[in-house]
Amino acid sequence: MPEQTDNQDLTDDEKSLIQEILSEDESNLTPYGESRRNFLKMAMLTSGGLMAFELSGAQGFFADSLTDSPAPGIIENILRVAFKVNGNKKSLDIDSRMTLLDALRERLQLTGSKKGCDHGQCGACTLLVDGRRVLSCLTLAASCEGKSITTIEGLADNAKLHPMQAAFVKHDGFQCGYCTPGQICSATALIEEAKRGELSYLSTDVRSKAGPLELSDEEIRERMSGNICRCGAYPNIVDAIKEVHSGKDVGQHWQFLHEGNNAFSVGNLMQKGGENAAI
Amino acid sequence: MQPFKYTKTTDVIATTKLLAANTRAKILAGGTNIIDLMKEDVERPDELVDITNISLAEIKINPAGGVSIGAVARNTDTANHQLIRENYPLLTQAILAGASAQIRNMATNGGNLNQRTRCPYFYDVAMPCNKREPGSGCGAFEGENRMQAIFGWSDKCVAVHPSDMCVALAALDAVVIVQGPTGNRSIPFTAYHRLPGDTPEKDNTLNAGEVILSIDIPTNSFQNNSYYLKVRDRSSYAFALISVAAALEISGGNITQARIALGGVAHKPWRTTEAEKYLVGKPANENSFKEAAIIAMKDARPLKHNSYKPMLATRAIARALMQATNGVAKS
Repeated sequence: MPEQTDNQDLTDDEKSLIQEILSEDESNLTPYGESRRNFLKMAMLTSGGLMAFELSGAQGFFADSLTDSPAPGIIENILRVAFKVNGNKKSLDIDSRMTLLDALRERLQLTGSKKGCDHGQCGACTLLVDGRRVLSCLTLAASCEGKSITTIEGLADNAKLHPMQAAFVKHDGFQCGYCTPGQICSATALIEEAKRGELSYLSTDVRSKAGPLELSDEEIRERMSGNICRCGAYPNIVDAIKEVHSGKDVGQHWQFLHEGNNAFSVGNLMQKGGENAAI
Repeated sequence: MQPFKYTKTTDVIATTKLLAANTRAKILAGGTNIIDLMKEDVERPDELVDITNISLAEIKINPAGGVSIGAVARNTDTANHQLIRENYPLLTQAILAGASAQIRNMATNGGNLNQRTRCPYFYDVAMPCNKREPGSGCGAFEGENRMQAIFGWSDKCVAVHPSDMCVALAALDAVVIVQGPTGNRSIPFTAYHRLPGDTPEKDNTLNAGEVILSIDIPTNSFQNNSYYLKVRDRSSYAFALISVAAALEISGGNITQARIALGGVAHKPWRTTEAEKYLVGKPANENSFKEAAIIAMKDARPLKHNSYKPMLATRAIARALMQATNGVAKS
């Protein structure tokens, strides 16, 4: 372990900040509750490249946060939960309050599932538990004992994208991308639900025997209403899902404006493209 | 969120004993409402009793007639079960009108009954709310009350019950079977939820320690002529401004039986028995339906911001009955 040296290059403020962090109990140095404060201080120091001087104490902090080891001393009502994530067995000691979303993001470094509203209203945290789409922000990790979880990180087959991922790329089913993992997980489940003949509020033939369904654009929109996209990429998201659902190529309904393609011909394009036309 | 002890039970009796022994314990099933309320600090249980491992997820033919749906069966599984699709398409439609696919996959039938109001004053711990904190006052009564009740409210509470599923269950004369520390009892659906009166903190008539086992629905002959209509601010994933569960039995163009229940109008699903009685013997046409809708609304008492609701409900009732007559949910 390198000796701590008195670095002449540091200002007094920086020195005291480093001293404050390193003097605190390492068990507190995890990204929970009180220690958020420390995390922010660390971020201040690292962003200035200053941590290079004093990594000896900090290594423990980063190592802790990069493994799925428990965080002793911080958590209350500790319980052990074991489940599979993307095919891998995981066992965690958690606070009973921890949601599945936080367990994945904060303890297992699976940050693909996003925290949007954290109240079950936006769908950004959507993932699959035992093959069904659920909201991980309203799921207690403790309740996932023995379950099998699939996140956006587990959809691709190594380097080969899942068909829904490929379709989202092809159809530009996003702008900022924040809602995209939730949208894609939700959409993969939607495809299976339609195959099983699960109904939606728009289904007209409720009393029929369940069988594979062919979904209209309106049906896809209804079935995806739990996933909000504030960029408004909805037409492209619907196209991507329709392509995977139907197994047929769905044309892109947009093209770049260029010389000769003036407002008048844009109007023509709108007519040709019908309601899906997006300029 | 306040710290709590997480307990998993596999046995109903043990659960009722746990709940009776600790009045600060709450049941966890789908979690879609309780976890959210705990994050908001509205609910502060010191123990959550997870009942999803209790075998109460069955949907089956009831030997006494009709169908019995288990308390921890998920909303999706209930809506899509062949017994429900064929015999109670109204219930299927109502369930699918609520929430989103993700939430319906998680939410249970018992939890749907026991979900709390979405009144914003109940959710905001900085606001007065007699339901959340008895005696603190009703913020919505003199405040923003566009979404609130037009029937059965008191000056203590003007909140509405948020469920769609329950509106259909009220129309279908369901019965709630509950188990308490001292035994079973059955509660007619319309007596399960209560009006606020002076004690809005009580949503329903469950006693301490009682757990829902199932919801039983009697046989009926509404399959060909029922419809669930939901009117809301956006076309999906929003709570009802007005919803109507309409079910008719029609013979030779005349109505022989009618059921109308409303959502978004009261502290409980609102059955309109007088309008139902009026329809019996009348021809199944627009005039009868408009008249019935007017009867259903005659005692409405709108608040400052929801005076639009009686007219909206009048039209929604007539339209739902018309769609029920046209047999939208046919096989």
